[in-house]
Amino acid sequence: MARAALMDFDKALELFEPVIGLEVHVELNTTTKMFSSAPNPANSAFHDAAPNTLITPVCLGLPGSLPVVNEQAIRSSISLGLALGCSIAESSRFARKNYFYPDLAKNYQISQYDEPIAFDGEVEVELENGRIFQVPIERAHMEEDAGKLTHIGGATGRIQGAEYSLVDYNRAGVPLVEIVTRPIFGAEADAPALASAYVSIIRDIALSLGISEARMERGNLRCDANVSLRPRGAEKLGTRTETKNVNSFRSIERAVRYEIQRQAAILADGGSITQETRHWHEDTGTTSAGRPKSDADDYRYFPEPDLLPVVPSPELIEQLRAELPEPPAARRRRLKAEWGFTDIDFQGVVNSNLLVEVTETVAAGATPAAARKWWTGELARIANAQNVDAASLASPAHVAELAGLVEAGTLTDRLARQVLEGVIAGEGSPQQIVDARGLAVVSDDSALIAAIDQALASQPDVLEKIRDGKVQAAGAVIGAVMKAMQGKADAARVRELVLERATAQ
Amino acid sequence: MSEITAEQVAHLANLARIALTEEEIAHLTTELGQIMQAVEKVSEVATPDVPPTSHPIPLQNVFRADVVGADVLTAEQAVAGAPEADGSRFVVSAILGEEQ
Repeated sequence: MARAALMDFDKALELFEPVIGLEVHVELNTTTKMFSSAPNPANSAFHDAAPNTLITPVCLGLPGSLPVVNEQAIRSSISLGLALGCSIAESSRFARKNYFYPDLAKNYQISQYDEPIAFDGEVEVELENGRIFQVPIERAHMEEDAGKLTHIGGATGRIQGAEYSLVDYNRAGVPLVEIVTRPIFGAEADAPALASAYVSIIRDIALSLGISEARMERGNLRCDANVSLRPRGAEKLGTRTETKNVNSFRSIERAVRYEIQRQAAILADGGSITQETRHWHEDTGTTSAGRPKSDADDYRYFPEPDLLPVVPSPELIEQLRAELPEPPAARRRRLKAEWGFTDIDFQGVVNSNLLVEVTETVAAGATPAAARKWWTGELARIANAQNVDAASLASPAHVAELAGLVEAGTLTDRLARQVLEGVIAGEGSPQQIVDARGLAVVSDDSALIAAIDQALASQPDVLEKIRDGKVQAAGAVIGAVMKAMQGKADAARVRELVLERATAQ
Repeated sequence: MSEITAEQVAHLANLARIALTEEEIAHLTTELGQIMQAVEKVSEVATPDVPPTSHPIPLQNVFRADVVGADVLTAEQAVAGAPEADGSRFVVSAILGEEQ
């Protein structure tokens, strides 16, 4: 596939105004699915299940099976709608979206069409550079996720009939809330960063509500980015493309930037943009054309006859409103002040998407500085090397315990890093690993003194120098003692004792 | 509104993945046109102050508790009725196009 021509980003912005729109799918972490009592793989208790073991006749659309709405999924959806500043519909109903593809066995997806559960909201997003946007939310509607297809056999010389796909319906019927923004104007050069920061805020909201695991790498949180350009001064919106398969915060930013540059090159060359879905390719950092976008008419939406309207009582809505956590933007401002972080330190935490982890680590007893240090330091470094999310490596409780062991002097930083390796390898809690691996700092002075006396006896010249006041000579002895203790000693305490013993002898 | 064209029928057949011959399309165009006319009668009595009815029974908020049910299938049971399976997953012929 030939690489598309791209216009320089700054040049593209001179000629065109970018308009973006974002669709974010949030998989709810209810115990069971949206319309069936099958276990929900988007709940961490079930996510490793073998293919087709989390299904009931409803998930397969077997004759005679009927969907029934999960009450908790409704409550989670209302909470999410309220947290997005939306109005909650007095009455909302489900609709069938008809399409033929084997990712759903019924040949339709149960979704919402003209009566979404939540509409007309607004979310505050603050960018790294301090700009604040109010992102307008058009709607948040409930629907079911589709199954997973694994395509076997490629186009490489195989006869067409030999190719097939394997279908796993575990994910079919997982409760989803799709959040759709209105077109976002005025972001200009910040459009790519805004897209990524917005999804990060949605993740924060979902996590603080406790309604989703919200892990992008697992598909709990998915983003489709709509991008269009219009010539400077034009009223009419340009034709948009919808980029799918964008599975990390970094990719969202890159994909929006790429589409702006790609579309600008086409438009400046006198071409036109095709309204279509495009697929993001993480490896090459490019998008490629997918299917032409179907008209809503082609889905032949109609009210789902198997399900009744959802009419939440005002009491329920007010109860859920009262239980809402603090809005993310306000929470970020409060935490930054409470923790006493500099702008740079706080943004470092936010930009690495570790705010939730650091908050929970502090709640588990660590100092904010220690929590930040472990998450954005060692854990982020290992995560980066392994190409995974730092959050997947260790739990906040374990990190807090580790920080506590360092604080108490049981571990040096060096030993703590070894313990952390054990935690990541799943060997247990930090204390268990300290015990099992015998990693604790030797705090018993008599053991240290024995090692020091031995080191001093074997290096009489050093002993001479220290007695002559050349204190820096002690380094050789400290090194020998640390080696003898296999690193499990506090170097500062060893130094103290070396000087004490040298002058005492 | 009530007029159905052969193009619309062909488009619908394509969306529904049904192969129709020219004769079938012509036949269905007439038939669907008649059905549309019959349905049109309803809109004569529909007034703006009457909301469209999607359910004839005045029921709402029928929910179930978020508890795993007893009707969860094993993978073997799930694929038991499938024309083709690999033991735990359904085998379907490759379909051009993509996920929705």
